Amino acid sequence: MEHQNLNLTLKVWRQKNAQDAGHFETYPVSGISTEMSFLEMMDVLNEKLIAEKKEPIAFDHDCREGICGMCSMHINGRAHGPWKGTTTCQLHMRAFNDGDTITVEPWRASAFPVLKDLVVNRSAFDRIQRAGGYVSINTGNAKDANNIPVAKENADLAFAAAACIGCGACVAACKNASAMLFVSAKVSQYALLPQGQPERTTRALNMVAQMDKEGFGSCTNTGACEAECPKEISVMNIARLNREFMNAGFSSND
Amino acid sequence: MMNLDAKIPAGALEHKWTDYKGHCKLVNPANKRSLEVIVVGTGLAGASAAASLGELGYKVKAFCFQDSARRAHSIAAQGGINAAKNYQNDGDSVFRLFYDTIKGGDYRAREANVHRLAEVSTNIIDQCVAQGVPFARDYGGLLANRSFGGTQVKRTFYAAGQTGQQLLLGAYSALNRQVALGKVEMFERHEMQDVVMIDGKARGIIARNLVTGELERHFGHAVLLCTGGYGNVFYLSTNAMGSNVTAAWKAHKKGAGFGNPCFTQIHPTCIPVSGDHQSKLTLMSESLRNDGRIWVPKKQNDSRKPNDIPEEERDYYLERRYPAFGNLVPRDVASRAAKERCDAGYGVGTTKQAVYLDFRFNLINKYGRAEANKLGIQNPDEATLVNLGKEVVKEEYGNLFDMYHKITNENPYEVPMRIYPAVHYTMGGLWVDYELMTTIPGLYALGEANFSDHGANRLGASALMQGLADGYFVIPYTIGNYLADEIRTKSIPTDHPSFVEAEKQVADRLAKLHGIKGNRSVESFHKELGKIMWDKCGMARNAEGLKQAIADIKALRASFWSDVFIPGDINEFNPELDKANRVADFLELGELMCVDALNREESCGGHFREEHQTEEGEAKRDDEKYSYVAVWEMNGDCNWTLNKEDLKYEIVKPSQRSYK
Ligand SMILES: Cc1cc2nc3c(=O)[nH]c(=O)nc-3n(C[C@H](O)[C@H](O)[C@H](O)COP(=O)(O)OP(=O)(O)OC[C@H]3O[C@@H](n4cnc5c(N)ncnc54)[C@H](O)[C@@H]3O)c2cc1C
Ligand code: SF4
Ligand code: FES
Repeated sequence: MEHQNLNLTLKVWRQKNAQDAGHFETYPVSGISTEMSFLEMMDVLNEKLIAEKKEPIAFDHDCREGICGMCSMHINGRAHGPWKGTTTCQLHMRAFNDGDTITVEPWRASAFPVLKDLVVNRSAFDRIQRAGGYVSINTGNAKDANNIPVAKENADLAFAAAACIGCGACVAACKNASAMLFVSAKVSQYALLPQGQPERTTRALNMVAQMDKEGFGSCTNTGACEAECPKEISVMNIARLNREFMNAGFSSND
Repeated sequence: MMNLDAKIPAGALEHKWTDYKGHCKLVNPANKRSLEVIVVGTGLAGASAAASLGELGYKVKAFCFQDSARRAHSIAAQGGINAAKNYQNDGDSVFRLFYDTIKGGDYRAREANVHRLAEVSTNIIDQCVAQGVPFARDYGGLLANRSFGGTQVKRTFYAAGQTGQQLLLGAYSALNRQVALGKVEMFERHEMQDVVMIDGKARGIIARNLVTGELERHFGHAVLLCTGGYGNVFYLSTNAMGSNVTAAWKAHKKGAGFGNPCFTQIHPTCIPVSGDHQSKLTLMSESLRNDGRIWVPKKQNDSRKPNDIPEEERDYYLERRYPAFGNLVPRDVASRAAKERCDAGYGVGTTKQAVYLDFRFNLINKYGRAEANKLGIQNPDEATLVNLGKEVVKEEYGNLFDMYHKITNENPYEVPMRIYPAVHYTMGGLWVDYELMTTIPGLYALGEANFSDHGANRLGASALMQGLADGYFVIPYTIGNYLADEIRTKSIPTDHPSFVEAEKQVADRLAKLHGIKGNRSVESFHKELGKIMWDKCGMARNAEGLKQAIADIKALRASFWSDVFIPGDINEFNPELDKANRVADFLELGELMCVDALNREESCGGHFREEHQTEEGEAKRDDEKYSYVAVWEMNGDCNWTLNKEDLKYEIVKPSQRSYK
């Protein structure tokens, strides 16, 4: 509850549109309460720019509760900034010190082209999900929900994987811009549940194929994704995806 | 005058929906392929509707303003979803869920709709589990349940504090499958700007591509608005930043009646405001009231730290005032009780606008002891119990506790949370009949965007239920009843004069807004509107305040249209312009909410008129005069007339709600 006011220097990536080359601009901000969230600090800066009749900095955000996956800032070289297991919108200014210079960039990955300033296009993620991230069941077909018991351990692991918010920080953090953590989280959720079994093989193959098609890099097991993932999705899921993929490869050959 | 025929099927309450389904018109598969449906919104209501209609064979176009359908505001729902499964064998049933919802809504909802909701609630859980939604489970592998307010059974299904996320990802996966199959075409970063009407029917929309700024015309034989609630009219709310009323408002201006606009839910357990910079408020799920006890010090202005205040000096005011329901009274009751304590000088924290939500008792006594027993630990000390209890609580609500910690820098496992009521949900919305159709033929409203099932107060975990009921299980039937008569309507080319004219109006309005070039930011207007609404149309309302608010909002609206400044251009990615466009609509809606609140000379549910209360300060309804849905019709510029849909109670006898 005790708070302090900070004076900071922000170096922010400005890019008019997808075609523009983009550049950094430097802005001083003052009187930033340590109780503010990082996005509220950005709001303060934007209000100041608007008062000066300048264009505010475009950034994606919506829930501001760390769950929609919309916010996406690369802060001081780290996806979502310095706090572990935290989205940009949940990062608070307590994480910084008076006088700090903070560099803010968009996600950098060729599969996530910049639309404007800090906003990128992540529709590649939707297309990967469309390639197989579902159980093929129509509305109204379901039997009683308690017909098939699911071991609590599997249900818990499936939930932990399903907690992925699709923010893309894993891609931004990875030197290869690989989307393996994201893809493996979805594949794992279904692989761990009885409902996911019928399409287990095709799902893994199709989602990985789409991931490759979108131009994401390959995984070289550096673990940067797990370290920066705001939902702490485990790299164990990548190991599981690799197993699924191998098995799928074998079974689809026969 | 509006035609407010709710089209409630005849017959006994429990047979209405079955009879309806058995007799409504059907569209054959070949005809479905040439019928086009527009679904605006991809939250629980929209995603489930778009997916289900795609499965049936209709040609669907779905829209959302976020960059992905998965990010709709439903994603943020925390605590759970109700269903009358009675898996706990604790006496639940369809009737009980129906009854609790009618009573919880303070007898201002339609019986037939609510009964249908309770009936299909069980199908929702089956459907979601079949999709691979990872609900919480017990050690036996079966689904777990928790309690929510306003009920005495455990009927809430959940996935930690992320139930909305898991349900929405389930609906999103079903939607994706239909996109992959070519049945649904998805338009992200698109915002609907108007409904297009042809010969008195809704026939399409004008949408703006938020990346390029271009306006687009889209035809549909029917249009579904699944665009969520309008709590952001208060500026500070638990809603996502982009949540807005624009789609519903445009429909209202084209003739759709707006039902009970003043019915707003103020949620009792949210993280209090910390300063002027605050951009939104964060909910701490109602499910926490299962395990947290709410209290304030017995002494006024007590500035001791909470853990230094001894047990006998704490006032567990909900347990004191409402022994039967205790901490699990409905939201409206809990919120008013918190306000009452704070107004009387018992509030805590720096601002004194907060009460404690304390988990220590249950950490120790409920979870700690159970775990110790399981592990066979004899006479455990308090610290051991706390530690054991923490592990269980972490599993139930870990993400919420983390969120609280990050925002406040206080650890809720050790010190009680500070909480205060905040705007959360809007029961009001577009008026719809039993088939979910608005007063405009062919225009439907689903989910939070409609007014239908929650009366004057929504029970916790019932919004997710309603959104999915509307989308998965109601609209697939009811839309057929309309479209069966449209099979001869060829798709209308979008160079039709009505499309051209609608697009021109949208373009003119955007140009006008952008051309004002005044001196104040959009944000500053929104904040000012929010303050008027919170002060005068918030938790407590009175005639004088509401009249003042109406005058203030009119003046603010005039000032907005002459002094707002919008940087950037129209034909580009321009979030300030998007925001201005939404705030302009809030500035009209706010006035209507006050008009409605002023008209309703009674207190019911979340609508508390200070002039109408019992001696104990409880809401005092006036069934004689106000047992109706107030449906407002706009005539010209912010001029409204009132239409009434009388509510008839055939099964439940309205009485004063008692949770004592
Ligand atoms: C923090 C929080 C926690 C909650 N927890 C619970 C809970 O535990 N249990 C429960 O039952 N309820 C809960 N609720 C309430 C519940 O989440 C919502 O009422 C419900 O999710 C609304 O769903 P919806 O589909 O109607 O709308 P939303 O999910 O709000 O979706 C609206 C959709 O419409 C789109 N849209 C809006 N306007 C336009 C436009 N003009 N053009 C194009 N697209 C547009 C948006 O992009 C979005 O896709 C909670 C609410 C909040 C705020
Ligand atoms: S795996 Fe983690 S970092 Fe990657 S998209 Fe999901 S939540 Fe974001
Ligand atoms: S704004 Fe939703 S996760 Fe950050």
